[in-house]
Amino acid sequence: MKSVRIIPCLDVDNGRVVKGVQFLDLIDAGDPVELASYYDKQGADELVFLDITASSSNRDTLIDVVERVGETLFIPFTVGGGIRTIEDARRLLRSGADKVALNSQAVATPSLITEIADEFGSQCVVVAIDAKRVNTLDGEIGPNTISWQVYVKGGRQATGIDALKWVRECQARGAGEILLTSMDRDGTKSGYDLELTRQVTSAVSLPVIASGGVGTLSDLLEGVVIGGADALLAASIFHYKETSIQQVKSYLLDHSIMVRH
Amino acid sequence: MICVIDYGIGNLRSAQKAFEYIGANSLLTSDATLIKQARGLVLPGVGSFGRTMDALIKTGTCDLLKERIEAGVPFLGICIGFQMLFETSDESPSSRGLGVLGGNVEVLSPKVKRPQMQWNRVEVERDDSILFRNMDPSPWMYFVHSYAPSPTDLRSIVARCNYGEDIVCAIEQENIFGVQFHPEKSGPAGITLLRNFVDKVSG
Repeated sequence: MKSVRIIPCLDVDNGRVVKGVQFLDLIDAGDPVELASYYDKQGADELVFLDITASSSNRDTLIDVVERVGETLFIPFTVGGGIRTIEDARRLLRSGADKVALNSQAVATPSLITEIADEFGSQCVVVAIDAKRVNTLDGEIGPNTISWQVYVKGGRQATGIDALKWVRECQARGAGEILLTSMDRDGTKSGYDLELTRQVTSAVSLPVIASGGVGTLSDLLEGVVIGGADALLAASIFHYKETSIQQVKSYLLDHSIMVRH
Repeated sequence: MICVIDYGIGNLRSAQKAFEYIGANSLLTSDATLIKQARGLVLPGVGSFGRTMDALIKTGTCDLLKERIEAGVPFLGICIGFQMLFETSDESPSSRGLGVLGGNVEVLSPKVKRPQMQWNRVEVERDDSILFRNMDPSPWMYFVHSYAPSPTDLRSIVARCNYGEDIVCAIEQENIFGVQFHPEKSGPAGITLLRNFVDKVSG
């Protein structure tokens, strides 16, 4: 039976969680390991850590976080941000990460996907895609057609690449999973971009994690029922304690969506 | 001492970290002398069947593992390490497994998303199971795989899960233990399972 994974996402900057920290009264000031453990106890199925600074000077700090998480937490976790070479990936995986998430560098050097998949297995290669709606894309897609363009560098740089074309290429190159973020919806709490999610889940057979825009419990349900997502990622609703992972799971179970419980 | 076999590919640290957490004396190694002294052996991992066998041969652990398993040393295979116990696999038709158990490793049904990358409920079928002692009879475990073994000796099967079809996900046969899921990534239930294996090794 299919069961949907609920994945809190922690943005890490220089060894500290930076999103929503001030709202988490019960949790110490944003230590990623403590927050990870808190979510684990709540029943998170998996965790994603995104190193949002990802400068080389912060690398050792990140490795330290990954090692500490791996010592106490026995659920899968993904680490992304600033992975440029197979050596970067090796270091994270050797430190205890189960998967690495590639984003900008996968676009810049798509062969990196294959290289890491060949060495460590596809299951540990997540390609994170930041996609934004466009109506036309340099004549490639005609007017009145919805399409999505891939952005890199934390959403700052357009690539001109069609998201559906890119996701198929990621699959062909050996990616094991797609982390799909709608830039239009991210942080808006107006729900996932369901059309984008549906199109991507239809385009590839890989597991797809939906991300960006969750505001309510029904948004999560729609991500699965309409979007076809295999996993649901959220940050704000968990960080700001608007809902707990148990609440999300009870709600999904009440609507006949299987989750670990 | 438990040796977690290091055959150089994949992420093998997490299994050993789980044993450390339990407090078991464990080492991640491919050293033949240590493997010969080990009271328990664990073959963890992810990757393809053929590539794992190539790595076992390259590190000189293939024959050694077979010898130790046949000598009765408790052995736990995890995921690809479980599949390696069998003779052949759909994944790598030109490779042979360790062959200490009869059967082929078969690709999952085309009706379902492959790999199965999710938590799934495991149905324990044998009350005398050692691995599933002190546990809910239907624990949730974390799976990442596209293939699963079809053992010729059905008596060795202790648990199945349903993923489009019934999948054999745990076997126990004398000193040989194998699980298709990742106990080292399955939270408290997984830790209990590994602790049960450690108790078997120590007992």
